[in-house]
Amino acid sequence: MRESEKRLNRMPRKKSRRKKASPVQFRNRPYAIVSYLFVGIFVSLIVWLVYFNLVRSEEFINSPYNTRQDTFADRVIRGSILSSEGQVLASTETADDGSEYRYYPYGSMFAHVVGYDSNGKSGLESEANFHLLSSHAFFLEQMKNEFQNAKNRGDNVVSTLSVKLQTAAYNALGDRKGAVVVMEPSTGKILAMVSRPDFDPNYLEENWEYLIADEENSSLLNRAAQGQYPPGSVFKIITALDYLHKHKTVDGFSYNCQGEITKQEHTITDYDRTVHGEEDLRSAFAYSCNSAFAEIGVQLGGKSLRETGESLLFNKKLPLTMDYKPSVLSVDGKSGVPLMMQTSIGQGNTLVSPVHMALIACTIANQGVLMKPYLIDRVENYSGARVKKYMPGIYRELLSSSDASTLAELMEGVVSYGTAASLGANGYTVAGKTGSAEYGEGEIKDSHSWFVGYSNVEDPDIVVSVIIEGGGTGSESAVPVAGSVFNSYYYE
Amino acid sequence: MVNVIVELSKYLLAILMILYTLQCFQMVKKRDEHRQRAMLVKQLVVIVLFLSLSFLILFLKSGELRLVLLYGQVLMYIAAVEILYRVFYKKASMLLINNMCMLISTGLVILCRLNMEKAQRQLMIVAAGSALALVVPVMIRKMSFLKKLTWIYAVLGVVMLAAVFVLGRTTFGAKLSLFGVQPSEFVKIIFVFFMASLLWKNSSFPQVVRATVIAGMHVLILVMSRDLGSALVFFITYLVMVYVVTRNPIYFAGGMAGGAAASVIAYFLFGHVQERVTAWKRPFSVYEQEGYQIVQSMFAIGTGGWFGMGLYQGSPESIPVAEEDFVFSAICEELGGICAICLILICMSFFLMIVNISLQIKNPFYKLIALGLGTEYAFQVFLHIGGATKFIPMTGITLPLVSYGGSSALTTIIMLAIIQGLYILREDEDEELERIREALEQNAQEEIQA
Repeated sequence: MRESEKRLNRMPRKKSRRKKASPVQFRNRPYAIVSYLFVGIFVSLIVWLVYFNLVRSEEFINSPYNTRQDTFADRVIRGSILSSEGQVLASTETADDGSEYRYYPYGSMFAHVVGYDSNGKSGLESEANFHLLSSHAFFLEQMKNEFQNAKNRGDNVVSTLSVKLQTAAYNALGDRKGAVVVMEPSTGKILAMVSRPDFDPNYLEENWEYLIADEENSSLLNRAAQGQYPPGSVFKIITALDYLHKHKTVDGFSYNCQGEITKQEHTITDYDRTVHGEEDLRSAFAYSCNSAFAEIGVQLGGKSLRETGESLLFNKKLPLTMDYKPSVLSVDGKSGVPLMMQTSIGQGNTLVSPVHMALIACTIANQGVLMKPYLIDRVENYSGARVKKYMPGIYRELLSSSDASTLAELMEGVVSYGTAASLGANGYTVAGKTGSAEYGEGEIKDSHSWFVGYSNVEDPDIVVSVIIEGGGTGSESAVPVAGSVFNSYYYE
Repeated sequence: MVNVIVELSKYLLAILMILYTLQCFQMVKKRDEHRQRAMLVKQLVVIVLFLSLSFLILFLKSGELRLVLLYGQVLMYIAAVEILYRVFYKKASMLLINNMCMLISTGLVILCRLNMEKAQRQLMIVAAGSALALVVPVMIRKMSFLKKLTWIYAVLGVVMLAAVFVLGRTTFGAKLSLFGVQPSEFVKIIFVFFMASLLWKNSSFPQVVRATVIAGMHVLILVMSRDLGSALVFFITYLVMVYVVTRNPIYFAGGMAGGAAASVIAYFLFGHVQERVTAWKRPFSVYEQEGYQIVQSMFAIGTGGWFGMGLYQGSPESIPVAEEDFVFSAICEELGGICAICLILICMSFFLMIVNISLQIKNPFYKLIALGLGTEYAFQVFLHIGGATKFIPMTGITLPLVSYGGSSALTTIIMLAIIQGLYILREDEDEELERIREALEQNAQEEIQA
């Protein structure tokens, strides 16, 4: 017996491990399942990381909180910001002592939308920071620079802004406080964005203390996106839409305007107590009849009006890349009659920014579909080779196309025979809505002047949204500003 | 000039990382021992190249002479581990050892970049731990009574965790450490031994209930100590072990449902759970407070892109506790997304290898231990990377072998030594079976002849 054992030990071993595989495999099914589960979660980690790098990383990289790109500035000369026509809006220059500084050829004209790069960042300088500090110069040249310890030249950002339209809007607004937004409804391009009072970004550092202390003018505030104004009669677009939602048509409405309306001891008067007499919804909208719309608002009720407002992004996030204030519409089912009368004509507690009104007009002009607003058209390396192109994208369909065309009809009436009739004789067609939004307390009330609308109603070209603080009625001051912008677009 | 080298090194490092990862997966497929051995050597070469290139860059950018010394020490450590295992444990899995060295190397490179003192300390602990772990495979072999200590493990685990809860020092809002050590790390091993010894022979319903009660105590103490990451690791390990041993998916599904319900309750009960979830869902809204870490981490990952900024070219130091809970983000920023993906794949192959070892073991107690330890490893990796990349809410847990942390590194090295011990044991098991079978055949033949 012992003999045989010894002999066995000397014998070479056979490999027979594999043969047992099949029954073992069945017994090990839970092991396989556990393995698959974990492989699944590992793979999902990888997929997420790839997805983040491809799709989501930009929103984090471009965040104004992200200061790590500033370290790029040690190795890259910040690129220029250009207008859509190719003019330089911001560039990096070298001073005699070799230090770099940022130069803004148009001074204060683009102050808010292009922004600044000292004392923090704002506007495009902040939004495009990553691109401006990344270099896609030819790689051999980059190598050469690295060897010589020289800086590479950062990419240029070509914006959607038009110097022509910005100049027209800026000059038309003059020294009055207010804002103008010009957009292309079919693409979502922001063509101009003016806010006044303004500041000269070339001298920002010197004036910083003064600018942040000056609360009366708040010149640093971009009124176009961060200004919160009562909408006044431009809100009648929303009230009319809600009426349309409820009755499926704007025909069949009639109202006899006496120049004022009183409900529950609360009186709403028409401008100058004008008596509009017998009117339908079209004429009530065109003449901006407060009495008729107060009556409509009370019938519609707060819940319905709020829902319609929210479908047009009141109380919601706006699809904007810049800093903005969301619009407020606070009525609900419990709102009383006086507040409903106020709200439906754009008074009450409602607040809106000029850019939001521009987005609503864009939606109407583009058959109910809101295109994503954007400011960066493309990124190029310093010698002009394309690095990245931004394409127009649909944000959402906010309106049915039939609702959009009904609203467009109402807005055409405003220009053909209503409160913005002065825009009707310039050789192009316009649809729009004026507004005068009362503000302040007590007897001495002043009003902000509003206009929002678009030109070439058959195939809309541009949307213009104008507010002038304390400018009186819409037709008095905002309409002429819009007219200057339209004229510049078609005739310059 | 230096910048050019750094720039080029980014791509080289990514290529080395890809090469290593590919080798890992090829190795699992190849059964031919001879070619496997050649592959192992190639892998080792890649590790050394990776280390050398990284340290060169680190040295060029920082000019620290200490790095030269540190580089020598790392190489010596790797050489020692590779040689000692080859000498003492001829049957050890060298792929396991290689992976350990690769992860430790990657960790040390990024630690040197972030904080050289910590890197030095980490290397010391790793070296001491590895020396200690060298005896573990022998112990596994000799100590067959390990499967009988069920309730000792249970008491030990609960007492250690409770001690931290009562006496521990609070750091970053969680009670983790006692006298500078994190007992919850070591309890991870003890817990797996408890589960395995309780269930390997008898997985009837009452046994599962017992396991549930003890596991529940572990998890509850950890949740109360605000160590959510460890609590989750224990919970998932418990689930997986119960499922595998009972082969009953209802336990698994029920456990998952229970866990989900408990998470919802915890969300409404504990403020710190809500904070974590808010920081995950809307990090910018709480940027100044609990969102800061994760936002910085996302900045790092996003800025790094595919190839990274290059060592010393980014600012991973702006992420709070980058060396521990966000080491993965630091790697993403400076070594790049491709390296990071490779790292995930290496961790995955590591886990698969452990499951594979577990499959080959026939002793049911050891089998369960290997799987339990593997699960703990894999899930901890998932929590760390998922948390750092905002895939899941942050739980504040280390990446085993890569993150800075003595207790964590030591525990992982011991875990691996245990698995190594089981692997060697399995080879012996096979030999014994083989011998018995041949002896029987021989006897039979002799009888026939007689």
